[in-house]
Amino acid sequence: MSTATNNRVLTDEMIAEIKAFIPRYPSKQAVTVPALHIVNEHLRYVPLQACVEIAELLDLHPSQVQDTLSFYGYFKQDKPAGRTRLWVCRSISCGLRGGDELLEHLCHKLHLQPGETTPDGRITLEYAECLGACEQAPCMLANNELIGNVTHEQADKFVDELK
Amino acid sequence: MAEFEPVLLANVGKPESWTLKSYEANGGYQALRKVLGKMSQNDVKEQVKASGLRGRGGAGFPTGLKWTFLPQNHPGPIYFCLNADESEPGTFNNRILMEEDPHQVIEGVILSCYATNATAAYYYMRCEYPKAYERTSKAVAEAYAAGYLGKNILGSGYSLDIFMHRGAGAYICGEETGLIESLEGKRAWPRIKPPFPAVEGAFRKPTVVNNVETAACVTHIMNRGVEWFKSIGVPPDPNNPRDAGSYGPKLYCLSGHVNKPGCYEAPLGITAQELIDNYGGGVWKGRKAKAVIPGGISMGLLSGDELHCKLDFNGPGKFGCLGLGTAAVVVMDDQTSMVDFLLNSCRFFSHESCGQCTPCREGTSWATRMMLRIKAGKGRLKDLDLLAEIGDTIGITPGSTICGLADGAAWPIKNCIKKFRPELEEYIKRTNPTGWADTKPAPAFELVGIH
Repeated sequence: MSTATNNRVLTDEMIAEIKAFIPRYPSKQAVTVPALHIVNEHLRYVPLQACVEIAELLDLHPSQVQDTLSFYGYFKQDKPAGRTRLWVCRSISCGLRGGDELLEHLCHKLHLQPGETTPDGRITLEYAECLGACEQAPCMLANNELIGNVTHEQADKFVDELK
Repeated sequence: MAEFEPVLLANVGKPESWTLKSYEANGGYQALRKVLGKMSQNDVKEQVKASGLRGRGGAGFPTGLKWTFLPQNHPGPIYFCLNADESEPGTFNNRILMEEDPHQVIEGVILSCYATNATAAYYYMRCEYPKAYERTSKAVAEAYAAGYLGKNILGSGYSLDIFMHRGAGAYICGEETGLIESLEGKRAWPRIKPPFPAVEGAFRKPTVVNNVETAACVTHIMNRGVEWFKSIGVPPDPNNPRDAGSYGPKLYCLSGHVNKPGCYEAPLGITAQELIDNYGGGVWKGRKAKAVIPGGISMGLLSGDELHCKLDFNGPGKFGCLGLGTAAVVVMDDQTSMVDFLLNSCRFFSHESCGQCTPCREGTSWATRMMLRIKAGKGRLKDLDLLAEIGDTIGITPGSTICGLADGAAWPIKNCIKKFRPELEEYIKRTNPTGWADTKPAPAFELVGIH
């Protein structure tokens, strides 16, 4: 695959990060998910063009990278996620303690359906299957920060303070 | 219970328990010093086998036995995968270990790799655990700097690398061959077995896949010995020739409608009632338990009058549940709607089915559509029979799928319909007074907001 250089989305920094993973595995294909994470961390999504470029780096066909990306729910492809990705847990332990209601509350407050992003690019609201913090149900994950035992008031305050 | 001394959680709560300094100050890496280069690899394997340790990730397969399935005198490489993809609803014990005491897990990984002669370990952690990832990554770096990882560990001649690898939000990666496919950079479609990973696993090489808590147990078995480990728990049931016993301490995750949800360490074999009362402070709001999940949602349900069930590997099966699973106990009080429970369970599995096997992909999806129909007041009694049919026909048990995810989807359906049918029927009749008796094909509900 060849692509015009001026359309490339992977920066030298991303490429260096991806290449650093290659010696860890006996196959280059194993670097696919780490590469998707690296791009996602930089761009907050993984556009199709990035898959093409990852495939070049890993000696794969672009469809192989795209196939893997599309399997996992984590990587957005159409447009960047909000500055904060906010996952609200809806699995059983949270469900028993108001997880669904918390998600619904935030949908109303932010005027979003799960998966959508606020027009100002501040927040992408999502549901999560078990976040593994069931002792703090209901819980949510905001980027790398876990927030447990969330009341609607606390959720409001947290969301209002997000930049 | 009072005399039981926690070992897996012993360091949790100590200042900076996740650092090497704290771990070593509390006896950390002593097992490694005792074993590496001083005990033969085979002896370590045999000790773990003799301890009766069974995998803590859900299936309860004897760990030492799994190790012996590796080919003898294999030229290598042999790979070790640490399954830290903990995603079973209700389960968080691995997260606690990885966040609060990551070195304990790493020491167990090194010992397990030494026993199996693995030269590279892939630490496959779900991406929803950023704090655990950060602390474990730091701990791995500390272990390298201290000479516990890398070339010629502690002068033993044995070398090992641990590589951190993050998942991307898929429950199926907890299935060991799904994990391997995912590690290889592909969609996490479980493989047909045999060959088992011990023969042909990651990168087509012999591979051991063990759970985080299992690895932590290996540390303590090598520290304290087989006799200590076997002094805790439950011996094999003489009436069940297939029961290998349930030895050792276990981390129980208690959540739902209890006063004190949390991760508690107890001897295998504690009853659900004891766990709820003695550790969880009882059911909240002075209510009674209507139903209890014994070990993660895929294990099914105990009813409120089955709480004398022993939570060992052999216990929940006696009450029609799938097994002990991850020992994640979720309590539902007497105000809980079993329609809501079953909808939640079906929704989870239809979302997480990997789509490879048609019975699972379609069965979990249709179960969710029917539960949505019931929830919306359009249910018919016939739907319960249709749900039961799905429950009976998807999974490894009936032989229609490659992996056990479908069995996990089926068990809550089967248990709920068997144990709570009157409530489900009452809901259907009450919410659909004119249509509950219909038996004609009915339009499905769309999975809006589900996927």
